[in-house]
Amino acid sequence: MLTFILKRIGLSVIALFGLSVLIFCICHVMPGDPVRMALGARASDWAVENMREQMHLNEPLYVQYYYWLSDAVHGNLGQSLVTRRAVVDDIKEFLPATVELALLSGIIMAVLGITLGAVSGRYSNTWIDNGVRIFSYVGIITPSFVFAILFLLLFGYVLHWFPTTGRLSAGLVRPPVITGMMTIDSLIAGDIAAFANVFWHMILPAFALAMGGMAQEARITRSTISDNLGRDYISSERGLGFPERLISLKYLLKPSLIPTISILGMDFAALFSNAFLVELIFNWPGLSRYGMNAILRKDINAVAAVVMILGILFVIVNIAVDLIVAWLDPRIRLSGQGGE
Amino acid sequence: MRFFSHPLVKRRIEAARKGWYKFSKNPVSLVGLSVIVLILILAIFAPYVAPNPEHAGRYVNFAESNQPPSLHHWFGTDTFGRDILSRVFFGFRYSLIMGLVVLAIATPIGVVLGLLAGYYRNRWIGTLIMRITDIFLAVPPLILALVVCSILTPSLFNAMMAVTLVWWPWYCRLVYGLASSYRGEFFVQAAEVTGATKAHILFREILPNCVSSIFTKMSLDMGWVILIGASLSYVGLGAQPPTPDLGTMVADGAKYLPAQWWIAIFPALAIMLTVLGFNLIGDGFRDLFALEEV
Amino acid sequence: MTDPILEIADLHVEFKTYEGPLKVLNGVSMSVQPGRRVGLVGEAGCGKTTTMRCVLGILPNPPGKITKGSIHFHGQDLLHFSKREFQRIRGHGISMIFQDPTAALNPVFTVGDQLETAIRYGSKQTASRKEIRHRALKALSEVQLPDTERILTCFPVELSGGMRQRVCIAMALATEPELLIADEPTTSLDVTIQDQILRLLYDLVENHGTAVIFITHSLGVVREMADEVYVMYAGNIVEGASKDELFHAPLHPYTQGLMSAVPKLTGGGVAEGIPGRIPEYISPPGGCRFHPRCTRAMSRCAGECPQFVTIHPSHQVACFLHSGESHG
Repeated sequence: MLTFILKRIGLSVIALFGLSVLIFCICHVMPGDPVRMALGARASDWAVENMREQMHLNEPLYVQYYYWLSDAVHGNLGQSLVTRRAVVDDIKEFLPATVELALLSGIIMAVLGITLGAVSGRYSNTWIDNGVRIFSYVGIITPSFVFAILFLLLFGYVLHWFPTTGRLSAGLVRPPVITGMMTIDSLIAGDIAAFANVFWHMILPAFALAMGGMAQEARITRSTISDNLGRDYISSERGLGFPERLISLKYLLKPSLIPTISILGMDFAALFSNAFLVELIFNWPGLSRYGMNAILRKDINAVAAVVMILGILFVIVNIAVDLIVAWLDPRIRLSGQGGE
Repeated sequence: MRFFSHPLVKRRIEAARKGWYKFSKNPVSLVGLSVIVLILILAIFAPYVAPNPEHAGRYVNFAESNQPPSLHHWFGTDTFGRDILSRVFFGFRYSLIMGLVVLAIATPIGVVLGLLAGYYRNRWIGTLIMRITDIFLAVPPLILALVVCSILTPSLFNAMMAVTLVWWPWYCRLVYGLASSYRGEFFVQAAEVTGATKAHILFREILPNCVSSIFTKMSLDMGWVILIGASLSYVGLGAQPPTPDLGTMVADGAKYLPAQWWIAIFPALAIMLTVLGFNLIGDGFRDLFALEEV
Repeated sequence: MTDPILEIADLHVEFKTYEGPLKVLNGVSMSVQPGRRVGLVGEAGCGKTTTMRCVLGILPNPPGKITKGSIHFHGQDLLHFSKREFQRIRGHGISMIFQDPTAALNPVFTVGDQLETAIRYGSKQTASRKEIRHRALKALSEVQLPDTERILTCFPVELSGGMRQRVCIAMALATEPELLIADEPTTSLDVTIQDQILRLLYDLVENHGTAVIFITHSLGVVREMADEVYVMYAGNIVEGASKDELFHAPLHPYTQGLMSAVPKLTGGGVAEGIPGRIPEYISPPGGCRFHPRCTRAMSRCAGECPQFVTIHPSHQVACFLHSGESHG
């Protein structure tokens, strides 16, 4: 088991390393001169040249890569050409907002998705089932930006149930920064009003992000439960006198969760990517909006940093999912399978 | 006609017929198929079926701008006075083209690499291919596509290239898994022992067993690729105006919500309909092949 | 004669499919006395497992449907049982061992968990956790599994096929059922293990006085294990007799065919098969379902279905060759 984890981590590190090379190359292939763009068209040649020297832009690519990597390891991810701050500071400010949002989305996705799917699977071919199936289809085919626009429109502008931008209403004091995640910080500080306010701001974007994944989870859970209902061990358990309720809630659910959790991992990662558009639409000051802006304005340091961070997050989520699945399914643990 | 009387060809035709029979028994698949056929027809014959085909290009008529849906313009008009219905029909073209081109390029690359990686999994080439695949799979596809798109001039073609680049690894991984497990099967060993060439083993022994999974994935992927394409267009990195790309249309229309809702909503529905159609077909295939496996 | 513990009368079952209804069971009748061992023999696909699933109430309801007939357990009509009533009699009333122990055990729960739940819900009275655990250990040791404490914590994947089958047997017998249905319990095991498991089962049901229905396609197994035998073909019981009667004087052409199909180690001679194949259930042959393959078929056999009649007190058969000889 331990070797399994270590091997996975090892492979992931190699992949991340390769990713860093890839993203570095991509960013440095960008047409246009980033320095000139940053300094403006009217900067003097001398200033431009100076900056180029400073950023090692005249050196061969692999040398630049080395500088970049060693800087990164020391916590220096360069300077954002857009915000003019150290990228690291930008990340410290924006990452927690995205993580917070993703966590809430993930919880919604998992809990609601699995519950809907389980109910639907148990009552196959009834109106409950059909309703959930239609809902899941809608959830899967609708792009997340469409959900974002619709929710914003309907619940924000039309019904005025939820605020439409930002994380905290104007006039409220931001809780002291400990984790950067306002919900947790406000709880730590004991500021319930702020907590409620922040949470309220989070609901619409979180749901918009969660819809697609929720629908996927519901579908997978439903079909797995439906399949497993016909399995011999369920018949056997029934035949031995296990009560129906116990079978549904325990003996059917646990094996059915296995494919669902695997997909959950992928969907959770997809959250981060869908966040690029949703954060933009809700003006949520998170890493994805920051990254999106960086991409659109060719802010190479920021882009590279954001991609790497997302890559690391993605890897962590995947490993966590693998671990959970291995815990759920003893066949993987005990027969030494799993991964490649 | 001699071609059709060859026993192998006859068997294939028979299998296709049986497959169609089973596929058509499933109402969900038929709905999906009808939707896709409809969209195909609208897309291919757009210049003939659209009431105002010229609105798909450079056209301005401010007198007619921002009209709500009416008998004259079923989907209303946008800020430039262009008929949205016609633009949606043309928009289908770009969505479908994106899906087709991306899959047509990404799938063969991914499949071939996956076969090689799976068959040679313990040699350097297998490891190399999979490590490269891992790199691409280390971030969600949309993000990488966004980055690649941003360094190129925004255009539909570049968006397609970006998505292709990001998409082939998924096929590689799928086929890698299948090929690895088939490698140990007796039919492969039998082929090796009787001296078949590697090409034969890969393409005539292993690949046919993967076809159903690949095919299912392709039909489902059409929907996802179209969604990613729409997302890219939404942020302006795909087809450029005045090209009637569905994602771009949603982005343009978003500014006018909720008052002129039709400008954004109809293209959004069009995207959803397309994705729905491919999802339903993909599900149909999945059920079809799953039954056969049992 | 005491009252039978289980009485199946003229059971008909259909399965709905796309191509039409499959008439899987076409009038199955059998009865089991308390404490007796009954063998149910037949080829793969003849409906043995389906019959037993009806008894337990686990026939998958779409697509299966009982169209005619009755099943009585201790005089109670099972066909009109609600789910709750079934759940109450399962376990201590009727219990079942499945053919494939790997498929029959839930892969993500420990043996102990499943065994203890079976005991807890399958017993007549409620028992404390300690007692349940005690009984679980006892059940495992009765099936001669070593290191019972450890096995309780194992997952099915950690055990060998033979051990898994022992666990299934333990689960079925731990609730002390009055009737045990053993569906080909040794088919998926190695030949060397088969013998052990059969002996184990024999001893256990002796000790507990359990009535058993032993489903198998092997005459050899039946010969060792059963007191009475029913022979089944294509959804019909074609012959039923005490073991000695059946082996000495099989009456139905199918049974006779089965007997001669078994190669004998002594006495020489060549084993003969039965020509033909089992019928399609979509459109089974009219009349007696065996008649297309029967060497002694008469014209009557194609039209009418022979009734299951009693020839001697311990011998019943459904065949027109013997129809004139019923003794009440």
